[in-house]
Amino acid sequence: MVVYVDMKHVAPQVGRELKKGSAELLVLSLLAGRPRHGYEIGKLIEERSDGVLRYNVASLYPLLYRLEKKGLVDGRWVEKAGQRRRRYYRLTPRGKSMLKERRSLFAEFVLAMNRVTGGEHA
Amino acid sequence: MPEWKDEVRASLVGLELEPAREAEIVEELAQHLDERFGDLVTRGVAPEEARRTLVGELRGGGLAAQLARVTPRARPAIAPGEERRGVLLSGVLGDLKYAARQLRLNPGFAAVAILSLALGTGANTAIFQILDAVRLRALPVAKPQELAGVKIAGKASRTGWFSGRNPDLTNAVWEALRDRQQAFSQIAAWGTDRLDLSKGGEARYADTLFVSGSFFETLDVRPVLGRLLTPADDRRGCGSAGVVLSDAFFRRELGGDASILGRTVSLEGHPFEVIGVTPPAFFGVEVGRRFDVALPICADALIYVETRRSTSPSAWWLGSIGRLAPGWTAERASAHLAAISPGIFQDTLPPRYDAVDAKGYLAFRLGATPAASGVSSLRRRYESPLVLLMAIAGLVLLIACANLANLMLARASARQKEMAVRLALGASRGRLVRQLMAESLLVACLGAACGTALAQALSRLLVAFLSTQRAPLFVDLAAGGRVLGFTIALAFATCILFGLTPAIQAARIAPGEALKANARGISGGRGRFGVRRVLVVSQVALSLVLLLDAGFRRENIVVAEIDLTRAKLPAERRAFAKTELLDRIRAIPGVSSAAIVAVVPVSGNGWNETLRLPSSDTKGEVANFNRVSPGYFETMGTPFLGGRDFDGRDVPGGPKVAIVTQTFVRKFLKDGNPIGKTFAQAGEAGKPDLVYEVVGIVKDAKYTDLREEFTPIVFLPEAQDTELAPDLRIVVRSELPPAGVIASMKRTLSDASPAAVLVFSKLETTIKEALLRERLMATLSGFFGVLAALLAMVGLYGVISYMVARRRNEIGVRIALGAERRDIVKLVMSEAARLLGIGLVAGTVLALAAATTARALLYGLTPGDPGTVAGAVFVLAAVAALASFLPARRAAGFDPVRALRDE
Repeated sequence: MVVYVDMKHVAPQVGRELKKGSAELLVLSLLAGRPRHGYEIGKLIEERSDGVLRYNVASLYPLLYRLEKKGLVDGRWVEKAGQRRRRYYRLTPRGKSMLKERRSLFAEFVLAMNRVTGGEHA
Repeated sequence: MPEWKDEVRASLVGLELEPAREAEIVEELAQHLDERFGDLVTRGVAPEEARRTLVGELRGGGLAAQLARVTPRARPAIAPGEERRGVLLSGVLGDLKYAARQLRLNPGFAAVAILSLALGTGANTAIFQILDAVRLRALPVAKPQELAGVKIAGKASRTGWFSGRNPDLTNAVWEALRDRQQAFSQIAAWGTDRLDLSKGGEARYADTLFVSGSFFETLDVRPVLGRLLTPADDRRGCGSAGVVLSDAFFRRELGGDASILGRTVSLEGHPFEVIGVTPPAFFGVEVGRRFDVALPICADALIYVETRRSTSPSAWWLGSIGRLAPGWTAERASAHLAAISPGIFQDTLPPRYDAVDAKGYLAFRLGATPAASGVSSLRRRYESPLVLLMAIAGLVLLIACANLANLMLARASARQKEMAVRLALGASRGRLVRQLMAESLLVACLGAACGTALAQALSRLLVAFLSTQRAPLFVDLAAGGRVLGFTIALAFATCILFGLTPAIQAARIAPGEALKANARGISGGRGRFGVRRVLVVSQVALSLVLLLDAGFRRENIVVAEIDLTRAKLPAERRAFAKTELLDRIRAIPGVSSAAIVAVVPVSGNGWNETLRLPSSDTKGEVANFNRVSPGYFETMGTPFLGGRDFDGRDVPGGPKVAIVTQTFVRKFLKDGNPIGKTFAQAGEAGKPDLVYEVVGIVKDAKYTDLREEFTPIVFLPEAQDTELAPDLRIVVRSELPPAGVIASMKRTLSDASPAAVLVFSKLETTIKEALLRERLMATLSGFFGVLAALLAMVGLYGVISYMVARRRNEIGVRIALGAERRDIVKLVMSEAARLLGIGLVAGTVLALAAATTARALLYGLTPGDPGTVAGAVFVLAAVAALASFLPARRAAGFDPVRALRDE
C-alpha cells in the first residue's frame, strides 16, 4: 500500500493523477537499468524508500499490467536452468521516452514544492 | 507452505478472464506470494501470521476490480455446433464473420458466385425499377388518390381523326362533360402534340400540352415562377394565348432566366407569351413523358388555321382527368357519367357521320378509372413486354442460383471432413445448416448489393434504349423503398434457393464415414451427385428457352416531311409547287427514285374509309387508303402483280383510278380479272359515293404497324387530290448513304422554298422505332440467352470435373486394366451427353410453350420454328461438348498408378 499523506489537500483529481503518475514513475525508473520480475520491483521500492512506500501483490500487478497494456513495459516469461520460470518486465522504447518525460516533470514538481514549502526557512 | 495458486484463483472469481491469461496471472502472483511468505518467515514472522497477512493483502486490495480494468475479458468461445437456446439469433454475427473468412479464403469461388448473382439480381432489379416507375408510382401532385381519368368505357369503335397520345374525347364532348358532370370537384382535359420551335428551316420540336384552363388547378400544381393557366386563359377564340413552361424546358432552352416572363417563344411560327414555369417535379399526367410547353386548348385554332382539332366534331385528341368530389368513388362517378352520356353524345353528334357511325356514337358511355399514377400510353405499350422481360430475367437468376447451388455442393464435398469433425465434436445438424446458410446469405447480400449498383446503370441504359428521337422517354428512376424491398426479398429468396439444399446435404453426412481414411470408393457415391445432375439438366433446359429470339428487317429509304404552311401558298399553286419540289429532289445525284406519299408506311398514322361494294350488301367494309405519286411503288420496292403504275393519264378531271393490294383483291374483288373493275368509297353524309376504277394490283405491304396482319389498301393518285394540304411527304430511295442524301435535300429544298419547315427521317429508323419493343426483347433476351448458356456451361464443366475427380480411382482401374484413352473420353463425354440430352429435350418443350406465350409480343417469331430451335440446340450442344471435353481429356491423362495410390 502506498501512503501519500502529503497529497491529502491536493484537489482530488490532481491527487489521483499524481498518485497514479508517481507509482508509474517508480516502476519505470526501476526498470530503466535492466529487466526485473514483479517481486523484485516491489521489494526494491520498499527497500529504497526505507519502507515508506510499499506495494502489495494486489496493487503492484494491476499496475504492471496497465503499463504493459499502454505499451510502456513488456513482460516475458524467462526460464533459467534449475529455476522455475519467471516473468520479467523491461522498458519498451515508448516506456523509455515516457520515463524521461515523467522524470523531468517530477523534478520540476518537486522543485516547485520545495520552493514553496522551503521558502519559509530560507 | 500454503497453496497460493488456489488463493489467487479464488480472488479472481467472477473476472471471466481468458483461460490462458488467467493461468499466467495465477502463476505470477502465486510466485510473488511464495517469495514474500518465505521472506516474512525468514524475518521471524510466524508462518500462520505471515499467511494471514498475505491473504489479507490479496483479498483486501481490490485485486479483481483493478485487474478488470486492465485485462480483457474472455470472448465467448467459438464452439462450432454449440447451440445457445433461448436467444433466437445468438451467434449469427459469429456465423457471418466465419462466413466472411471462408469467402476470403476462396476468392475464386466468391468472385464467381457474387458476379453471377449480381448479374441476375441486377437484371431483375433494373426491370423492376422501370416497372415501378412506370406502373406503381403515384403522380407527384397533391392527393393523387383523388384523381380519376374519364374516357369512353369498353371497346368503342370510333371514326374520325385521331391525334396525340390520349385521343379519348373530342373537344365538343369535353366541353359538354365539363359543363354537365357533378362527380368531380374539378376536371381537366389535355391533348399532346409536338410543335416546331424554329422560325424556319429544319424543324426543332417541343413536346406540347394543349390543356384546359382548369388543368393546373385540378392537379393542384403551383408555379415556381409567374402564374399558371386558368379558365380565363382558355376561352374559345382566345387571341394571343400565354404559355406555361416546364422547369426542365425553362432551364434547358432558356438557361433558367427569370426575366423570360412576358417574353415570347415561337411555336409553329406564332409568338406566345411566357406567363409561368411549373415546379421541377411536375412532368404532366403521363408517366414516361415530359412536356416542354403547355398552352390553352383554344390556342389550337391559332396554330392550325386549316385543320382545327378544337372545332372539328370528330377530332379525337383530348384526354381527361378529374379530382373526385368528396364522398365520390370512381365507381360512383362512372355510374353518374354513364347516366349523363346519352345527352352529351346526342348533343355532340358529328354531322358528317353516316347512319352506322351515328348509331355507334350515340351508344357510347363515359366511365371513370382511378388515375393516381397518371395515364400512360407507355404503360399500355410496355407493361407486358416488361413483365415478360422480368420473367426472362427471373429465369437467368434461377440459372445463376442453380449454378451457385452446384458450386456450393462441390464446396460441401470438399468440406466434408470439416463437417464431420464438427458433428463428431457434438454440433447439431441444424447448427451446421445455419452456419452454411450464413455463408449463402453473405454471398446473396454481396451479390444483391453489386446487383443494385448494376441495376442503376442497366435501367438507365434500358430507358435510353426505349427512348426514340420522336418520342423521348422520361422515367424517374430514383430507387425508392419498393425497389429496395424488392432487392432485399430477392437476396433472401436467392439465398434460400441456392443455399438450402447444399447446406442440408452437407450436414447430412455420417461423420464416421467421412472421417475414415479418405472416404474412398471405387466410384464416388451416386446419391449426392443426383442433385447436381438435376441442376445441370435444368440449367441447360432454361438456357435453351432463352436462346430462342426474334429477328427484324431493315430498309434504306429517307422520308422528307415538308411543311409549306408558312409559304402561304394559295391552294391552286400547291400542286405545282409540290411537283417542282419532287422534281428537284429527283435531280439530286445519287437519288434513284422519289415519290410523294400521304401516309408514310408504319409511321403509326393512318386513313381509312368505308367502302360500298357492288358484290355485297354489307353495311360497310373498311379499307386503308393512301395517296401517292407515280414512282412510289418503285421507291418502296413494292412489286406490281398486274396493271400499271399511276402516270400522266391520271389527271384531276379524268376518271378516278386506284391501285389496290392483293389482300384488297382477295377480300373484295374475288371473281375474274380485277383490273378494270370498280368499287366505291362511301361519300360524306349528303354527298355522293366516290367510284374508282382499279388500274393496278401490288403486293401486300404493312400500313400503320408492322405487327398487324396485311390489310386491304387502296392507293389513289396524288394528281387527283382535290383537297391539297399545305404539307407533303416525299419518300426517297438512294444508293448513297442517307446522311449525304439528307444534306443535299436540305440544301435543295431550302433553296427552292426558304419558308418550308423540314423534317427528315430514315424509314429504317422509323421501322426500328416502330419495332422498338421487339428489338428490345430481341436484344435483351439474346443477351440473357448468352448469359444463361454461359452459366449453364460453367455448371456443366463443374459437374463433369467433379465427377472425374470423384471417379479417379475407377478411371485409374480402367486404364490399368487396359482401357484406351479414347474409351475414357467416351465414358466421360457420354455422361455429359446424357445430361445435355435430357436438358435439351426438356428445354425444347419449355421453349415451345414459352414462345407460344411470347408470340403476341414478338413480331416475326414463329413458335416452333424448326430452324431456330435447331440452331439454338446446336449452339448449346457445341459449347457443352467443349465444356465436358476438357475434364474428359484430363481424365484420360490420369496416370493409373498415381490415381490408385493417391489419397
